[in-house]
Amino acid sequence: MMKFRFRRQGADPQREKLKQELFAFNKTVEHGFPNQPSALAFDPELRIMAIGTRSGAVKIYGAPGVEFTGLHRDAATVTQMHFLPGQGRLLTLLDDSSLHLWEIIHHNGCAHLEEALSFQLPGRPGFDGASAPPSLTRVTVVLLVAAGDMAALGTEGGSVFFLDVTTLTLLEGQTLGPDEVLRSLPDDYRCGKALGPVESLQGHLRDPTKILIGYSRGLLVIWNQAARCVDHVFLGNQQLESLCWGRDGSTVTSSHSDGSYAVWSADVGSSPALQPTVATTPYGPFPCKAINKILWRNCESGGHFIIFSGGMPRASYGDRHCVSVLRAEVLVTLDFTSRIIDFFTVHSTRPEDEFDDPQALAVLLEEELVVLDLQTPGWPAVPAPYLAPLHSSAITCSAHVANVPAKLWARIVSAGEQQSPQPASSASSWPITGGRNLAQEPSQRGLLLTGHEDGTVRFWDASGVALRPLYKLSTAGLFQTDCEHADSLAQAAEDDWPPFRKVGCFDPYSDDPRLGVQKVSLCKYTAQMVVAGTAGQVLVLELSDVPSEHAVSVASVDLLQDREGFTWKGHERLSPRAGLLPWAAGFQPRVLVQCLPPAAVTAVTLHTEWGLVAFGTSHGFGLFDYQRKSPVLARCTLHPNDSLAMEGPLSRVKSLKKSLRQSFRRIRKSRVSGKKRAANANSKLQEANAQLAEQACPHDVEMTPVQRRIEPRSADDSLSGVVRCLYFADTFLRDELCLAAAHHGPTMWAGTNSGSVFAYALEVPVAAAAGSEKRPEGAVEAVLGKEVQLMHRAPVVAIAVLDGRGRPLPEPYEASRDLAQAPDMQGGHAVLIASEEQFKVFTLPKVSAKTKFKLTAHEGCRVRKVALATFASVACEDYAETCLACLTNLGDVHVFSVPGLRPQVHYSCIRKEDISGIASCVFTRHGQGFYLISPSEFERFSLSARNITEPLCSLDISWPRNATRASYRLRESPKLSQANGTPSIILAPQSCDGSPDPAHSKGTDTSEPLEAVLSPMSVDSATSADTTLDTTGDVTVEDVKDFLSSSEESEKNLRNLAEDEARACAILIK
Amino acid sequence: MNRSFHKSQTLRCYNCSAVEVKSKFGAEFRRFSLDRHKPGRFEDFYKLVVHTHRISNSDVTIGYADVHGDLLPINNDDNFCKAVSSANPLLRVFIQKREEADHYSFGAGTLSRKKKVLVALRDEGLRRRAHLAISMPHDFRPVSSVIDVDILPETHRRVRLYRHGCEKPLGFYIRDGISVRVTPHGLEKVPGIFISRMVPGGLAESTGLLAVNDEVLEVNGIEVAGKTLDQVTDMMIANSHNLIVTVKPANQRNNVVRGSRAPSSAGQSSDGAGPPAAHVLQNFHPDEVESDEDADIVIEGAAAPPAPTRGAPPGGLTRANGTGLVPRPPRDAPLNSSGREGGGLHRMLSALQPDPRHSLVLPRGGVEEHGPALTL
Repeated sequence: MMKFRFRRQGADPQREKLKQELFAFNKTVEHGFPNQPSALAFDPELRIMAIGTRSGAVKIYGAPGVEFTGLHRDAATVTQMHFLPGQGRLLTLLDDSSLHLWEIIHHNGCAHLEEALSFQLPGRPGFDGASAPPSLTRVTVVLLVAAGDMAALGTEGGSVFFLDVTTLTLLEGQTLGPDEVLRSLPDDYRCGKALGPVESLQGHLRDPTKILIGYSRGLLVIWNQAARCVDHVFLGNQQLESLCWGRDGSTVTSSHSDGSYAVWSADVGSSPALQPTVATTPYGPFPCKAINKILWRNCESGGHFIIFSGGMPRASYGDRHCVSVLRAEVLVTLDFTSRIIDFFTVHSTRPEDEFDDPQALAVLLEEELVVLDLQTPGWPAVPAPYLAPLHSSAITCSAHVANVPAKLWARIVSAGEQQSPQPASSASSWPITGGRNLAQEPSQRGLLLTGHEDGTVRFWDASGVALRPLYKLSTAGLFQTDCEHADSLAQAAEDDWPPFRKVGCFDPYSDDPRLGVQKVSLCKYTAQMVVAGTAGQVLVLELSDVPSEHAVSVASVDLLQDREGFTWKGHERLSPRAGLLPWAAGFQPRVLVQCLPPAAVTAVTLHTEWGLVAFGTSHGFGLFDYQRKSPVLARCTLHPNDSLAMEGPLSRVKSLKKSLRQSFRRIRKSRVSGKKRAANANSKLQEANAQLAEQACPHDVEMTPVQRRIEPRSADDSLSGVVRCLYFADTFLRDELCLAAAHHGPTMWAGTNSGSVFAYALEVPVAAAAGSEKRPEGAVEAVLGKEVQLMHRAPVVAIAVLDGRGRPLPEPYEASRDLAQAPDMQGGHAVLIASEEQFKVFTLPKVSAKTKFKLTAHEGCRVRKVALATFASVACEDYAETCLACLTNLGDVHVFSVPGLRPQVHYSCIRKEDISGIASCVFTRHGQGFYLISPSEFERFSLSARNITEPLCSLDISWPRNATRASYRLRESPKLSQANGTPSIILAPQSCDGSPDPAHSKGTDTSEPLEAVLSPMSVDSATSADTTLDTTGDVTVEDVKDFLSSSEESEKNLRNLAEDEARACAILIK
Repeated sequence: MNRSFHKSQTLRCYNCSAVEVKSKFGAEFRRFSLDRHKPGRFEDFYKLVVHTHRISNSDVTIGYADVHGDLLPINNDDNFCKAVSSANPLLRVFIQKREEADHYSFGAGTLSRKKKVLVALRDEGLRRRAHLAISMPHDFRPVSSVIDVDILPETHRRVRLYRHGCEKPLGFYIRDGISVRVTPHGLEKVPGIFISRMVPGGLAESTGLLAVNDEVLEVNGIEVAGKTLDQVTDMMIANSHNLIVTVKPANQRNNVVRGSRAPSSAGQSSDGAGPPAAHVLQNFHPDEVESDEDADIVIEGAAAPPAPTRGAPPGGLTRANGTGLVPRPPRDAPLNSSGREGGGLHRMLSALQPDPRHSLVLPRGGVEEHGPALTL
């Protein structure tokens, strides 16, 4: 409303309609590994897996592309999850002791996860609700009995409650109190002590009336629910951690807090049993840590698997995260890099089968999911088709390449396969295969590149819902780092007992932070790429299908250009290895350009047709001819007063040695170790403290108000010389007024933090014959053509040249290979310069302003990321518009027309507090985008109404419907609570398929017979779980600069004088 | 002396159309007369004055004493006419050499020092600071103005700060705060943005139009309600070259009183409760502002093939939008004509049309900061 009147555009209804056809905001899918997982469940019938998180999200995974997401209304930790086998329903227990029933429902043929019911255990019956300590009714364990119709809840107080699952109502009168159990115990065992909380509940596979109950004190009881009597009692005396009931019901395995496990025989008639048949401490004799969970699986081929977590010798290996797999004489100690959350085996669950025959072991860790094939000797790990730990080393940058040619795709895939050989047998493939992916094959291949702190670049298949790892490029091999020798020595020196085996790829400890990848650029036509890092290294690489051994030529470019008076106080440059080096098939380095001083590279761009790479740091930018391996240009952009940039970052970048690494691990360990419940109590305490602090906060604000200085930028602000963007274009830069038609030619553009833009005209030798790959030999020359100083001095975020039709110029080779329309070189070109505060289009070659939009002046937000994207219409097959997509520091996404720069739509996308999310955002060429919602997860969003990548899948579920279903369908969908500011389509409450059909009984029912047309528009997107984010990711100085305020207290005392003066002047004006 | 002088006025004849002029230069007086109804043009008057005082070779400024005894300048036809027509009946003219001109004199009531006590009493203790620095009118450059007085509620003030080309810092700080508003439901506390501090000597302070604890309502026509402190900060900085802030002054006693409304009713009672004024910036021409600010500097590069040493930044200087910078004298241009485009640059510079709007406001900062570019 407060826009200037003359700016108001009449809402053109036609344009509005077109906008609706072009733009729509959806958060579609989360890629990567869920942040802070806390619970795991597996449905052996549907072969789907569920992961719950500490923020209350529930994610269900099946075959690649089959994904469901739900979010509990309360952001409480999901502590346990249990599938109702084959029904597509899931019972979750949160740490506030509430139970929630989720179900997978099909709408229009596509399945969604929705919360159906919730339940909170009331105060203990028979007691006054107020007097009973609430902790006594805290649910510790849940067991689904009788094929999922009934659930048993074990509590802190030792009681077991029974619950009707379909309605989530308590079955009164069936509750089993500890007193009832105590009655059947011998007096000397009782000796006046309580049994402790219910630690474990296990059901019998074949006899659903029997329940194995384990109490914390060590007592095991087989309870016959039908007869309501104790069948069997095992008088254990060691504190119990977990239980496992053998398939035939004759053996019970218990694990204990002292690191021992015991096997009890249930066949022996003598009840109570006093002694286990076997009791061992596998990693004894020295004190061991608790075995938190144990599984006993028998095999047809004889013998059995015992799989347990923990139990390591406390003193020597107490800090390891281990799962031990024992079969007969073979013991393997799987050594993981992060805490173990839970694990399960994929095995036969049909009651009629004689044996479990486990096929695979899936271990959920804090930071990754590892699946081992138990049928192949050696138990190799199975590569996961999704749930990849993106953060196996912290992500430092990302880039998206759209429309990857099939040839390059195949070469990258084959390079990746040579890196990690795929399992030969198809039997040992990914065991979690439930559901059907209904999404169409992606029309084009999208590649997501992530640069990591350890100097690797990972290539991900981002074409579909499942983000699949393709290939990993490591640049560390080119450099000498001081850590690697120590590492290999340490490995060899380790004892062979316990038989550790390193599993998993999560390794957050960077050997040398200078290896960190800052910028990546890939040319998809020539398979050449440039990777630039923290220590000013710029690597030009080329994809090769065969391994080779060659030396990498090194050149250094001094960006200071004899600027006097500055000394670099930052890190040293990385020293490259000399001589011939072996390189595996894949991207192999050709040239290393070292920027001096070795500050982090802040911008990079590659032009393969001209054989040029441009790079910039906080000191200046350079241009390098990698074909002739000679520098072309170096220019210092430092302001004379800017000393901060020179001195480099504070010396936090010392390389971390192995010892440091170990101590970090120990610190981490000590933080997360200890009993679960203690941790819970701690977290409660912290929560309360946090709330107190929050309440106290407003007072503090009133005491010392935050103030902001209103002062325009001056030229000598620090870091003004940082090169923010670089760009190559074939366009008109030189204005030769005498000629009627100015001629175009190669140009290079650079934009800095202080709003300066430098444009160079390049003299590149032209290939005589069109179509030849290599340009002829000859020196490249660069001539400064234009220098633009934006008056508002805001950092230049992006530069792009638009052709005569107002479209961005194609990438190198794109036009010449007929993959894109050739640019219009007749009409006048224009350059779009996006600064943090405004967008401007200037004419070329005479740089005069044509259109602009002052975003900051209007909205009070700053530009963080921009990209030119093509938006295709949903209504018309071949109508598309090129627009400017922009992410602001408030987390909003705006779309502007190009070159008119008229605002089209805007959506709120990321929370503005989520600095790392905003910093990590990357847009694709077709109106999608990615940003990190946690260190390990990318959220994918779509701005385009047509180009949406979201999970569309179905699941063959079968469960008895009954009348209760209609009543709870009316409840609010939990997705409503996800305030992401988007007009997401909410499906109206409806009863899916009419009246309950008595003929629908379990087993006969297959998938829902809905044959609706799949239209992406009508599908409610599976939106994000609003998880609490750890914002310790890649935060640059610019990101936090806004949060720092300067205060000049010295000026305060003159305030009175100022007021007097103000009054006098006001009279004068009057 | 003044007193006796005023007494003599009564002796003058009333119906005479001639205005007696008493002109003083240094210690010398000259007397002549002008036609009250046809005073003629300022230029002629100037010539007459310098001729009468025989100081034709020096540059002088002319001022006169108005009815209140204030010394006001005569430097154009309008104020000359005003001076003559308001002469009652004697027009007292004071001449100073320009270089010696007393910058503190105009408007500050140098002639009425004896009346000052009375004035001070009437103005309820609002002391005027003597010796305000007011330079010569043609050196004037707008620094600040109160605009849109006619459309804003009387409790609000819209202040325009022209920072362009000014070396002074804008010089104020803003903070979050709580504003009390009258709504149909009674008093309501809403978050607001307030000026928290003024930097002494800054532009904001020197205008006297903004003060600590003034509530900021709009920035360049955009309401700040619902925006965070950081957003408002960014908006102000983005508009800092030509900042228009609408404030509700903490001190409501200096409000402009319009029409027949009593000042009391316009005071605190209608504080922010009244219907918001049409949110239009009237005295604000977007084109003007935009071209002000759009004046990004474009430096044309030289076309010479780059020598191995690329230190010397080549190029001439011109303004992107053809505004502002007066073309440099030709003697500067050849310095850069090291190659093909040397002549082209010259042509371009001379083709530039200096925009009169900007003749006053040379972006000094912008040009100077490009040190290397100026070494043409």
